[in-house]
Amino acid sequence: MVDAAIGEDAIARPRRAVRRRGLRNALKRKSTTAFLLTLPLILLIALLVVYPALYSVHLATLNKSMQRFVGFGNFEFLFKRDTFWLVVKQSCIFAVTAVVFKALIGFIVAHFVHNIPAKGQRKWRGMLLVPWVIPPAMSTLAWLWLFDPSYSAFNYTLAFFGIGPIPWTGDAAWARFSVILVNVWYGAPFFMIMYLASLKSVPDQLYEAAAIDGANWWQRIWYVTLPMMRNIIAITTLFSLIVTFANFDIVRILTAGGPLDKTHIFATWAFRVGIEGSDIPLGASVSLFMVPILAVAAIFILRDVNKRGNES
Amino acid sequence: MSTMTVDKAGPTRNVKYGSMSRDRAWALRWSYFFLTLFAIFSLVPPLYMLITSLKGSAEISAATNPWWVFHPTLENYIGLLTSNQFLRFFFNSAMVSIVVVIITMLISIPAAFALSRMKFWGSATLATGVFLTYLIPDSLLFIPLFKMFALIGDVTGIQLINRWYVLLFIYPTLTVPFCTWIMIGYFASIPKELDEAAIIDGASWLQTLTRIFIPVALPGLIAATIFAFTVSWAQFLYPLVFTTSADQLVLPVGIVTTLIKGDVFNWGQIMTGALLGAAPPLIIYAFLMDYYIAGLTAGATKG
Repeated sequence: MVDAAIGEDAIARPRRAVRRRGLRNALKRKSTTAFLLTLPLILLIALLVVYPALYSVHLATLNKSMQRFVGFGNFEFLFKRDTFWLVVKQSCIFAVTAVVFKALIGFIVAHFVHNIPAKGQRKWRGMLLVPWVIPPAMSTLAWLWLFDPSYSAFNYTLAFFGIGPIPWTGDAAWARFSVILVNVWYGAPFFMIMYLASLKSVPDQLYEAAAIDGANWWQRIWYVTLPMMRNIIAITTLFSLIVTFANFDIVRILTAGGPLDKTHIFATWAFRVGIEGSDIPLGASVSLFMVPILAVAAIFILRDVNKRGNES
Repeated sequence: MSTMTVDKAGPTRNVKYGSMSRDRAWALRWSYFFLTLFAIFSLVPPLYMLITSLKGSAEISAATNPWWVFHPTLENYIGLLTSNQFLRFFFNSAMVSIVVVIITMLISIPAAFALSRMKFWGSATLATGVFLTYLIPDSLLFIPLFKMFALIGDVTGIQLINRWYVLLFIYPTLTVPFCTWIMIGYFASIPKELDEAAIIDGASWLQTLTRIFIPVALPGLIAATIFAFTVSWAQFLYPLVFTTSADQLVLPVGIVTTLIKGDVFNWGQIMTGALLGAAPPLIIYAFLMDYYIAGLTAGATKG
């Protein structure tokens, strides 16, 4: 590939450039080039990420018709509403429960895949990652149909075991269970893949040494696997916490927040209030409440990613 | 594999010498058993999509075993693939995803090249900023973005709300940060000697990028492309907010909003549509699984 660049003209050019404009100009040109190369990226982030983020703070201080400044009026209004506190509670329950189960299932499945002969691993990994590949909006439709009140295929199967028809999305407790189940189904493969990649990087010698010292399987996991995977577990969990906390598709399609707002989380309620209820300032205020948790998670991820970068 | 080596060393602590291979065999059997359970859990929804899509509407509402197709028919597929509306959704989705992939690559490759090789004022901060942007979810920005584009329409008269091409501006906020991030990782892993040699041979920056970085980092480039495509294809919140007319919808939103008419669910067609909507990512995944997984794990392992 390098050969392709060699040409009489190509060799001559930089020499001439250096002579004409001097080394300092060339350096300056390099940083100008670098700036120009990153300019689209900077513009994109500034105009379509940073600006909207600040704009949403501004929006949150306006009244419904967006003509009058109301300061913290929207927040005061939210604090007085029971639905808001319900949404806060549900978002936390939803995110924490789903992430814990995703992490656990991912960890266990990764170990099983790691356990079987290397030849078959690819096939199993391929099948187990399918939930992550299907667009969540599409797969949630399949779950909605599996949970259908009158034709639920799950209830049909469970009836053989004498378990009565379960109101998967009709009853508040079951609906919460269902959205978490679908989220775990969708997200666990991601953990599995991350853990599997990390398991493969643990040196075999460590396990041999542990076995010679008489460690049982639990001690091997606790003293060898977990410390070696600590960083990747932290990054994956925090990342998944952000994604799950900000989830929209699954709850929106499966329950749309119902029954009686009992499954609304921040994103779906912000959509309901801001877009469907066309109270944009209130919707912006609702979604801003995600920021503190997201920011804390992001700071920890950044710290772990940097640490990881320094180690290698 | 590691367990095998561990169990070989096992007898030093366990006196049951003969049981070693038997333990191993049982551990393997249990692994397969649980893996089968998890695989069933993973594959039930997509398989049920397939099963339902092959049923006629009479069979769907019949009280027969829902897990089996007694009278397979392709009427749902024929119905959807001859409907102009559905083809329009598919076209919009394909158009948006492909153009977004191109935009993403045009922005993120030069930026990653500059950030990984040319140290300039603020480059480290910018790299961190790119990663932080990747962590900002769509559900935080959809309201201000919607209002912004509505205002642009009011002020300049250029109507962007309820046009499919508005998504071309918005999707890159989801794809560019991650693609730039993993490309920085891939570019940084290319030995410096390679591009120094090129510079000495007189290659310009552009030539170094196109003749050295892009060919060497091609696996990363493919992973980033796959990521950008699947994210654009699967995105649901932004099109739901920004587009409403039936001819402007992309596939996921189109299926959810138009096939569900009031309380009447045409499940055969919904499942067929969902399966067809899931097909492009699944096909890409089937053929390029290794790149797909590389892209997935690169986010956290590179950097």
